[in-house]
Amino acid sequence: MMADTGSEEVAVIGNTDLTPGEIENNMKNTMGEKGTLLFRKMEINVAEAEKRTVKNAVNMQETYTVYLIETRPADAASEGTNPAPDSLWRRYSEFEILRNFLLVTYPHLVVPPLPEKRAEFVWHKLSADNMDPDFVERRRVGLENFLLRVASHPILSTDHVFFTFLTEEDGWKEMVFETGFQAKADSRLKALNATFRVKNPDKRFAEMKHYSDELQSVISQLLRVRARVADRLYGVYKVHGNYGRVFSEWSAIEKEMGDGLQSAGHHMDAYAASVDDILEEEEHYADQLKEYLFYTEALRAVCRKHELMQFELEMAAQDLSTKKQQQEELATGTVRTFSLKGMTSKLFGQETPEQREAKMKALEGQIQEDEDALKDKNTECDDFVRGAWLDIERFKDQKNHDLKEALISYAIMQISMCKKGIQVWTNAKECFNKM
Amino acid sequence: MSGNVADSAISPTSPTQTIPADLSGQMLELDEDDDLEVFSKDTTNTDGGSFNASMQTSPGSMINQYKFDEEDEEQEPGAKDIFITVDDPESHVTTIETFITYRVLTKTTRGEFDSSEYEVRRRYQDFLWLRGRLEEAHPTLIVHPLPEKFVMKGMVERFNDDFIETRRRALHRFLDRVADHPILSCNEDFRVFLSAQAWELTSHKKQGPGFLTRMGETVRAVAASVRGVKNRPEEFNSIQEYVEAFSQKMTSLDRITQRITKEEKEYLEELKEYAPTYTLWSGSEEELAEPLKGMANSLDRCYQETEEQGRQLSDCLAPALHEYVLCSETLKAVLRRRDNIQAELEAKNEALATKRADRDALKEEIDKMEDRVEWANNALKGDWGRWQRSMRSDLKEAFLSTAQKNVDYYEKCLAVWESFLLSMRAEVSEVDQRAGDS
Repeated sequence: MMADTGSEEVAVIGNTDLTPGEIENNMKNTMGEKGTLLFRKMEINVAEAEKRTVKNAVNMQETYTVYLIETRPADAASEGTNPAPDSLWRRYSEFEILRNFLLVTYPHLVVPPLPEKRAEFVWHKLSADNMDPDFVERRRVGLENFLLRVASHPILSTDHVFFTFLTEEDGWKEMVFETGFQAKADSRLKALNATFRVKNPDKRFAEMKHYSDELQSVISQLLRVRARVADRLYGVYKVHGNYGRVFSEWSAIEKEMGDGLQSAGHHMDAYAASVDDILEEEEHYADQLKEYLFYTEALRAVCRKHELMQFELEMAAQDLSTKKQQQEELATGTVRTFSLKGMTSKLFGQETPEQREAKMKALEGQIQEDEDALKDKNTECDDFVRGAWLDIERFKDQKNHDLKEALISYAIMQISMCKKGIQVWTNAKECFNKM
Repeated sequence: MSGNVADSAISPTSPTQTIPADLSGQMLELDEDDDLEVFSKDTTNTDGGSFNASMQTSPGSMINQYKFDEEDEEQEPGAKDIFITVDDPESHVTTIETFITYRVLTKTTRGEFDSSEYEVRRRYQDFLWLRGRLEEAHPTLIVHPLPEKFVMKGMVERFNDDFIETRRRALHRFLDRVADHPILSCNEDFRVFLSAQAWELTSHKKQGPGFLTRMGETVRAVAASVRGVKNRPEEFNSIQEYVEAFSQKMTSLDRITQRITKEEKEYLEELKEYAPTYTLWSGSEEELAEPLKGMANSLDRCYQETEEQGRQLSDCLAPALHEYVLCSETLKAVLRRRDNIQAELEAKNEALATKRADRDALKEEIDKMEDRVEWANNALKGDWGRWQRSMRSDLKEAFLSTAQKNVDYYEKCLAVWESFLLSMRAEVSEVDQRAGDS
């Protein structure tokens, strides 16, 4: 199921014919508009989450969450008709299967990440439990985001497995496994984790890998600090709630000050309560950062894949040059460089002319094969590089745009928080004035 | 100052003389003498305060003694005739100890002062002495508390700058309150405190009732408190109830405020890391570099504003609340002393019922005691209204300025984020324009 890596040809999937022009349009239209029309022909959303409990293979109770994916033709809304959406249920592990398939099938593309498997970087009030309803809700949003990202990718959106993931509940898993991607996934994982050294590393990819490492490190640090700051801010706001209680008690023994104190106390309670909303909004910002934290893995994977290709290319080239050298030695009978074979022939006598003839012919065949293979590999590598850089540029633009939007929404959040603070303390001031 | 060191190291209230074996008989005699001196019906000496015979009192305060709350309300703002400042803390190191003195500057037009301006240096012990004298002279007046001798909480060092500054302010407030008080401000010890040079103060401290007189008073007070008062007037009961509840509330508010300060400090600790992380990130980026730097810059400015807001809390609200915690203790002591005075009278009345001999002498004593009780009750009643008003005004001001500071804080942060938002939006539209043009 290997789609063309760099070509502009689009596979036809049902009634979703995407021309290259439309692909380009998609790219432009989909920047930052995650909730609206993305996949030209289809509206996608992850509407609900539900808990299921089944008996598993070893006859034990297993509880997991499933998510409802709804799809609807995009033009339905514009035409005024409102047909019921098609829908099916998927669990998180199926999303993982889809993503692994895409990773293996399109190794040159930066494949969008899934939301985190386990809650990380939580501040103490937020549950780290996977079954917690808030976590499930945030995961639902993250999964929808994943689908929309894939749907808005010029190449990934055309993938048949992706399409059937959205439209065919039964038999999808079997179909995917039949493609044999699992074996490729395993070998890919092995290769990515192997250590090897490339003689002439591509500077651009090396820099990109370095960048992805830096980005991963700095976003992790940011998320950690944010969680700690959130924790502390929570404490500051909540202690003010005690003022409310004591003011109320105190107002009971005062005559002139009573009213002022009592109402000031209410505002202190409101102040203490306001932090919950503030921090909930901030979680959204943290989620946006997390997405890009996970994106760094995908970016790194592309660079590593290229490194691997480069390495294999170098090995193949080296292999070919060794064989050519052997050919030359056989032809001229001289041993330019030391070789064990050469020495043993010298020691144990020369071969017969017929033997030498046979060897030379075999070697020439191999060389011819190797040269063809190397040419193919080179082409493959060039295609990879071209396709990868196209996607990396696309990713860069998307990242810059999204993160700017995230910073803007953070500023808006802070502004809202400040306005609330001004309101509460101005009210409190009025009450104190009445004391 | 150096010549005084040895002297001022010895507190006038801590006895250095040896105590005679059996004082009981002598002390009772002294008791009655003291009573006569202090609580005579002589109207020229109704300020039953200082034992210094050369004391002069301002006529105004004597005449209007029981009506001073009215006087307060009629007083024009410009009528203040004494201004005191406390500043310039200086450290003095000797072989025995290290201590701080403060400059006390007084400007006054009052008659009992020889001059119109005085500049003296006083240390904390001197303030303690003064307050002690004021309380002795006026057991049922409410004398503003002094800052505590030593703060254990938070491991504050005695000579830490913040501690010295907080103490300086509290000492100033103390003197201001005394100066504002119609009766206390006329006290001779107060005048001496403000005007005497160091050696003069030391010798003045040595005068006055000796150790034996003080011992007598203490014994009386203990005896009275053991007896307990039997028929406390209802108004003092309600004051008592109020004071207990008030004391609890002040203690709670003090604790809450300290807790907020602690939480804010910890918040600042974590916040400090925020801006540098964004700066670090900006180093890896091209197009995002400026926005990220802008973010770091905004967070930094908010950090500074948060620091300043925290200072307001600990410089203004916390000391005010703490002072009223101390006031509560003062009020409780005043109520106790009033009770004790009444208890003495009740004891004497009981004695009258049972005693046969000396009934006339006892009756005379009882008359004097009744005067004393009436005087004590009126003093307290008058001062109570006064105290409530100044409490209300002090705490209202402290809360108001805290609320205002918080409003200012949020307004400043708002401005920071609005300007960041503006710059971000400008940049985004610029980029969009460029993309549209290409």
